[in-house]
Amino acid sequence: MTVVLEVRDLQKTFGAVVAAKDINVTVNEHEIIGIIGANGAGKTTFVNMVTGYLKPTSGHIEFAGRNIMGLPPRDITNLGISRSFQVPQVFTSESVFDNLQMAYAITEASGMGLLSPLYNDERAARVDSHLKRYQIAEYRNATASTLPQGVRKLLDIAMAAVSNPTILMLDEPTSGISVEEKFGLMDIIMEALRQDETTVLFIEHDMEIVERYVSRVLAFYQGEIICDAPTAEALVDSGVREFVIGEEYHRTRTEAANGQSNGQEGDDNA
Amino acid sequence: MRYVDKTVVGLSIAFVVLLFADFFMAEWMRFIGLQSLARGAVALGLLVLWRTGLVSFGHALYFGIGAYAAAMLTLVGYHDAFFLVLAGTLASGLLAFLLGFLLRRYRAIFFALLNMAFSMILYGVIVKTEELGSTDGFSVLTPTFLGYAPQGEAVQTTLFLFTLVFTYIVTVGVHLYLKTTLGGMSMAVRENEIRVEYLGYSAEKVIHVKYVFSGLVAGFGGAIMALAIGQVDPDSMANWNVSGEFVFITILSGIGNVGATYIGALVFELIRTYAFEYAPQVWQFILGGSLLAIIMFLPDGIWSLIDRLRKSEG
Repeated sequence: MTVVLEVRDLQKTFGAVVAAKDINVTVNEHEIIGIIGANGAGKTTFVNMVTGYLKPTSGHIEFAGRNIMGLPPRDITNLGISRSFQVPQVFTSESVFDNLQMAYAITEASGMGLLSPLYNDERAARVDSHLKRYQIAEYRNATASTLPQGVRKLLDIAMAAVSNPTILMLDEPTSGISVEEKFGLMDIIMEALRQDETTVLFIEHDMEIVERYVSRVLAFYQGEIICDAPTAEALVDSGVREFVIGEEYHRTRTEAANGQSNGQEGDDNA
Repeated sequence: MRYVDKTVVGLSIAFVVLLFADFFMAEWMRFIGLQSLARGAVALGLLVLWRTGLVSFGHALYFGIGAYAAAMLTLVGYHDAFFLVLAGTLASGLLAFLLGFLLRRYRAIFFALLNMAFSMILYGVIVKTEELGSTDGFSVLTPTFLGYAPQGEAVQTTLFLFTLVFTYIVTVGVHLYLKTTLGGMSMAVRENEIRVEYLGYSAEKVIHVKYVFSGLVAGFGGAIMALAIGQVDPDSMANWNVSGEFVFITILSGIGNVGATYIGALVFELIRTYAFEYAPQVWQFILGGSLLAIIMFLPDGIWSLIDRLRKSEG
């Protein structure tokens, strides 16, 4: 297995608040990793640091053998780490097609290529096939601001995937999505990313989603990783059950280990 | 080519019509036309910024630099219109490039007013400089055109022709530019800078390019204006109310089409000229009233009238 991302001793403090402490993670190629933890545990801070949005106080981040600490998001994106957002970041007043066309154009053009026309038939064909893979082709001409939440989430993720990144980090892909829609949405995303052989790290509160799609779990608690283990193992870990899932209200150890579920999770607000 | 660009066709028709009209126009019409082309060019720069989500209340800075650069060169013996206009354009472009490093970090009202602050610095410098005629300014000698030195009415005719050709080139250029990836990124930066960064491009860099560009065309407009009026002075070239007029024209035109800026500039020029002539006591009231009417009834500017017509037809 090839290591693509190595994070060592990462720290982030905001004044007296410790948002991340002693974060050590090694990510291998083609892994699907779930990041869990209560609100404020440091999950998004971790994603923000790896993608360059936040500058860590100290530590090392190595991507594909290269130190990426302190680089801005655009450089890290160009090296091969993309992300989606909990609140979709799209071009709100434009159509779905124009959103993706712009994503392709920015990804593909550089230097003098920026002065070639934005629209060309080949690019439009790529946009349309991307729309099909993410199953939002029926919304092609709809304005982004009018989209249902699930479609907007898909658009956001589809835009992040345009550059065919080595690693894609998804920040709560299913938040704000109704329980019935969640699995359908995740099926679409994970199938598309599997085809692209993308390494995926995603933040998730719903343990059913974690169990179904993820091979390895990183559990965050108060800025630290309290558990880094294969999914089945992590979900029965006593620390995870106490601080992340919330044992006393929810299912028993055996149910979780068997991959069954019976309802809502500790900090899932649905 | 299968695809015909309607805007380019429209601009080309307008260009040819005006080219011929130049020889028949009354002098006052040509004068208004020249001023409209000059102001329209500045509004074109504002249109590009506007599409990126930025409004500048200080583009008289670049207009003024363009005008004064061209005018000052005539003081030291340069009279060729090609050289003067090129120099005015480049001087403004250079200043925009330098100030762009600071301004690209600001948005919204901060961007608007920081531009105004810089423009008022220029205004202050000019007013305090006796050598440049202080508040009175100084007159600009008649330009030559590659050795051709027109006399009498031929000066304005030639200048109009000259302006028309360059305005046409610049405007078609801008129109085509807006259809490129870099041009289209105006939308992306306006809508969501975070997404632009996470797609791998610098939003600030996009803004900087647009800003330099707006400085270049404003300088072009300023140099033309200096030659057209034959006089530069701080109050009509560099004061903040001049910047306000450019914003006025941009609102009047709307940002739907590059050609609209010239129509907007012409309408502005006509309203001002006639309001001043027939109602000298209340001409500002009329100007303000027409702005109010535009904002209330045509919030997307004059160009939206054409869109409405198209919709009702088809």
